[in-house]
Amino acid sequence: MSRRNAKEETQIKSRSQMASIWMRLKKNKMAMAGLFMLLAMILIAVFAGIIADYDTEAIQQNMPERMQTPSAKHWFGTDNFGRDVFARIIHGSRISLSMSIIAMAIAVAIGAVIGAIAGYYGGKTDNILMRFMDILLAIPPMLMSISIVAALGQSMVNLLIALAIAYIPVFARVIRSSILSIKDQEFIEAAKSCGSSNGRIIFKHIIPNAIGPIIVQATLAMGATILIIASLSFMGLGVKPPSPEWGTMLYEGRDFLKGAPYLVLFPGGAITLAVISLNLLGDGLRDALDPRLRN
Amino acid sequence: MDKPVLEVNHLKKYFKTPAGQLHAVDDVSFAIEKGHTLGVVGESGCGKTTLGRTILRLIEPTSGEIYFNGEDITKLKKDNMKAIRRKMQLIFQDPYASLNPRMSVSEIIKEPMIVNKMCSSKKELDEKVKELMELVGLAPRLVNTYPHEMDGGRRQRVGIARALATNPEFIVCDEPVSALDVSIQAQILNLMMDLQEKKQLSYLFITHDLSVVKHISTEIAVMYLGQCVEKAPTEELFAHPRHPYTKALLSAIPVIDISQRGKKPELLTGEVNSPVNPVSYCRFYSRCKYACDKCKEHSYELKEISPGHFSACHMNFTGEIE
Repeated sequence: MSRRNAKEETQIKSRSQMASIWMRLKKNKMAMAGLFMLLAMILIAVFAGIIADYDTEAIQQNMPERMQTPSAKHWFGTDNFGRDVFARIIHGSRISLSMSIIAMAIAVAIGAVIGAIAGYYGGKTDNILMRFMDILLAIPPMLMSISIVAALGQSMVNLLIALAIAYIPVFARVIRSSILSIKDQEFIEAAKSCGSSNGRIIFKHIIPNAIGPIIVQATLAMGATILIIASLSFMGLGVKPPSPEWGTMLYEGRDFLKGAPYLVLFPGGAITLAVISLNLLGDGLRDALDPRLRN
Repeated sequence: MDKPVLEVNHLKKYFKTPAGQLHAVDDVSFAIEKGHTLGVVGESGCGKTTLGRTILRLIEPTSGEIYFNGEDITKLKKDNMKAIRRKMQLIFQDPYASLNPRMSVSEIIKEPMIVNKMCSSKKELDEKVKELMELVGLAPRLVNTYPHEMDGGRRQRVGIARALATNPEFIVCDEPVSALDVSIQAQILNLMMDLQEKKQLSYLFITHDLSVVKHISTEIAVMYLGQCVEKAPTEELFAHPRHPYTKALLSAIPVIDISQRGKKPELLTGEVNSPVNPVSYCRFYSRCKYACDKCKEHSYELKEISPGHFSACHMNFTGEIE
């Protein structure tokens, strides 16, 4: 009896909303391509130490083997210090992915709280918080990051702070607008009428219903942050050499563009792949979460 | 006569709008006894829903008193109000919007019990959910389904189960059947009447459907632009409507009777006046076919014209309108 119940339960559970979103996402080939690329990149980043040793291959200079073209030994060739470009790129993915994920997590967490408070309480609170967000939003994320890094000094932590601050207002806006559309629905009133506290209403009723647009926005913004990290490093404001950062590699390779184009081709390709995979996935998620396409 | 479960005295709710004061609920008084139903009827925008929400203090009243079991709840602090909320619940009009789409049936029904700390263990909670689902006629297999997987009637049953979870004494039913099709309307109405009998519930039943209100109510209050214009026991109201507005409302009910063919219903003309800064005399004046200059001399007052039958039309006292 109990086994039958359990079976019934899983059958019913399997048709939950998450499952139906996954079904729709699976139908979208481009989104799945993006997802696989991203997963592959995450796996490579996680196992980068096994594929190529950080100290000996990605950092240590090896002058005898400098400026080699791609070969079986050095898949992507070597740079002007004899370092393996492939090893540097896979170790670079650690920096790009982890930094963009952490920056997004910080921005979503802080942005969600600010947006939720502004949207739920409304009135003056909303006005003050959102006008402050508007000030931040008026400066493009790129420019914002440059000025923050320039002001605080060049380091990974400062870059993280800069990216998080640049994206907080974006998430605050997204979350506030979805909360505004949810908070006047009757199920919120139902929760109020049985005595639920404001905190419970925000976390149990509003956030779960507002999470869709946040995930989409975070995925798309992650692609943009990878670009910003690379751009700042290219300008010498991001990750310091000799750390194997994609933007830094582009900067270093630019002097040899004519003779050894692979020095910029591969890091550039890595950036492109990362951004494209995130954008494809983000677009796919947006379609999958769109209530109008529900069947 | 029993002591009423709910007594409302001169309840007012004004909203501030850029154009002026919007009189959503204006000087409404009534009492509901244990196990009785007061039907509130009126056209869209007459303040029925605001009245229901104000009684539950989901909207704070501008003035007036609400006595629940003899206690004035308008002055209660947040903590004390929470205890009262358990005893006063709400059933919503739209069963699609009133259930959180991310929560399963059992989570929805559990919530009021968790919030009010009514059960000590998870097992007790599950037991309660099962009981409530059985009570409202939901199959136990639906316990883990989500609202979007159910039809309107089942969703409304979930809404009713949620309202019953805290063992309330009084329930505001805000057009609970108007979003359902007719065959399901009857099921839900009968369920609500059965529950009323079993649990001795009192209902404030808000609707614009006169046949529904006739079926379920013991007493009916007719509202027009925030005011209660006529109040009487159901049979009395349908047999002897006195206020011109009630007369017009009742005459608009379609009759299945060939001999009545050709008889023109007493239809109203014109638009509803704006509830923003309304006139001080009878608000129905501009649409009333009996209106005369004397109407402008009387301000709103609900007077008893025969035992238990109240009307706000001054011509009902002078006998000008029978």
